[in-house]
Amino acid sequence: MISDLFSMTVLVGILASGIRLATPYLYAAIGETFGQRSGVLNLGVEGQMLLGAFAAFYVTLTTGNLWLGVLTAMIVGAVMGLAMAYVTVNLNAEQGISGIGFFLFGLGMSDLLFQKLMGTVETVKGFPKIYIPGLSDIPVIGEIFFSQNLLVYGAYLLVPVAWFVLNKTTLGLKIRSVGENPDAADSLGVSVARVRYFTIILGGTLSGIAGASLSIALLNVFQQNMTSGLGFIAVALVYFGAWRPVGVLGGALLFSMINSLQLWIQVLGVPIPSDIAVMMPYVLTILVLVAAVSRVRAPSALTKPFEREN
Amino acid sequence: MKKIAWFLTLVVALSLVLSACGAPATPAPAEKFRVAIVMPSAINDLAFSQSMYDALVRVQKDMGGPEKFEIVYSEGMFVVDDAAAAIRDYATKGYDLVIAHGSQYGSSLQEIAPDFPNTSFAWGTTVDTFGQPNIFAYEAASQEGGYVNGVLAATLSDSKVIGVVGPIETGDAKLYVDGFKAGVAATNPDVHVNVNYIGSFSDVALASEAATTHISAGADVLTGTAQMVVGAIGKAEESKVLWFGTQSNQASLAPSIVVASQVYHWEVMLKEMISLIQSGTLGGKSFTANLANGGEVIEFNGDYALPADAKTLAEETIAGIEDGSITITLLTND
Repeated sequence: MISDLFSMTVLVGILASGIRLATPYLYAAIGETFGQRSGVLNLGVEGQMLLGAFAAFYVTLTTGNLWLGVLTAMIVGAVMGLAMAYVTVNLNAEQGISGIGFFLFGLGMSDLLFQKLMGTVETVKGFPKIYIPGLSDIPVIGEIFFSQNLLVYGAYLLVPVAWFVLNKTTLGLKIRSVGENPDAADSLGVSVARVRYFTIILGGTLSGIAGASLSIALLNVFQQNMTSGLGFIAVALVYFGAWRPVGVLGGALLFSMINSLQLWIQVLGVPIPSDIAVMMPYVLTILVLVAAVSRVRAPSALTKPFEREN
Repeated sequence: MKKIAWFLTLVVALSLVLSACGAPATPAPAEKFRVAIVMPSAINDLAFSQSMYDALVRVQKDMGGPEKFEIVYSEGMFVVDDAAAAIRDYATKGYDLVIAHGSQYGSSLQEIAPDFPNTSFAWGTTVDTFGQPNIFAYEAASQEGGYVNGVLAATLSDSKVIGVVGPIETGDAKLYVDGFKAGVAATNPDVHVNVNYIGSFSDVALASEAATTHISAGADVLTGTAQMVVGAIGKAEESKVLWFGTQSNQASLAPSIVVASQVYHWEVMLKEMISLIQSGTLGGKSFTANLANGGEVIEFNGDYALPADAKTLAEETIAGIEDGSITITLLTND
């Protein structure tokens, strides 16, 4: 049975599943990367995802327009981000605690709206798979990488874009300097508040899309608490990826691939108790984290509110 | 000193206010039966919690509407501590029956029930009343419906591969899955059942991916249990693969592919409990919902064209389980 694991169907299955499972993590964790690089830890990602998932689903359900759904999810995420920015930047609130507050708000609000506006679990027609001409015909690779839906492609395109913005643009330089040494950035005329507002709102927007990628692209259904801890894993992946988009991509793929591997292990009847199989992605993530994280340093100003010294 | 005095005044004032609030509640008119229920997920989860809520609504209808039968509920009580607080609140407010709908609430209930000897409690799914005179226990013989679904699934599968998406390998879910496997094995031993427990009751994304995995492994019939299966049903519909439901009727979600659902009709148990309570027995008894007593019903989806011989087979199986001519042997390990 273990030898079945290495058949082509299984291998393609594992990789294609992994690519899909990593999608919401990528949106949320890349967004969180921007926030953390500017010195703000946002633990409210999960709440933003849930509200984004609901907004996208409900708008799609009522209007039938998927793009309007995505747009609404982005706006909802951005508004949550705006509120988070006000609380952490203007009010200098403790970031971890206020983030958890925003998570609970998103959890409760998405459930309330779901109960009041829908009342029962329904389905929509989500983003269809797009077979990229030429590429999707390549055996194996085509099926794994080029037969996914639009929001999946978007998540992977986001990685190089985020890398470019963070490392090659003035904006990226400002974000990094605000996260490393806000006093110095401030003395050079960079508005710490404005940069942080930007990154937190951007993070919220991307978390909104992460939610939408679940509710109208991958699953096409909304249910109470459907993210089920995804948003928190996304925050962990930012640490895992050492605050770099490419590292985040690696972490998201590793976690998701192991998760899809364990699904197959159970299906093929490999004699491992299900409880152990389910633990695998988490155990492996912890191991890699222990091995890798000691080498890199977090942004110096992470979780520290900025107050100008007079 | 001044601070302490101020603080004491505040405490005294507060305790006065609070005790005023807690003053003897006006007893409800005797003819109205009042039920409170605490549930782990939402009343519309299309699964465990909804099965109980729908049953309460049916009891309400039979007993003469909201004037005769009051239902209040707390849903989404994933946190056991919150649930325990809610259970205590309802008991304090003098409800006739307080239902703790989740086996995880058991130890809380064991502590709370002795404090309210005149209130009746019910909890499930379990058979354990803790020897308390005011606790009813209820459970579902979900292996029975699982068996019937399994028989039908084995009959309808062309690829001879069937996939199961489960939450955590325990309790009601395990019972259903094991019953399902037994049903398949009894009908056609050549059919292979792949089982996948995803380790969560809420991870819709992983449930969906588990369904995709089953389909890639060749399954043309799927089933699954608990509230996260809505993700799996979506995938089944997309791939035009058949689905068997349990706990609540899941046909509304994917009318073209849901063949049948095992639905819990807890009202059979509830009505017995209520008449016991009205005659002065507040607990100490455990109930099992099964096909024979109508606590479990196999609901066929009218929108799915089930071949007549398959339906006959299912009906014969149900009758066999009811009269005891079919005994279900659970294979606990592969």
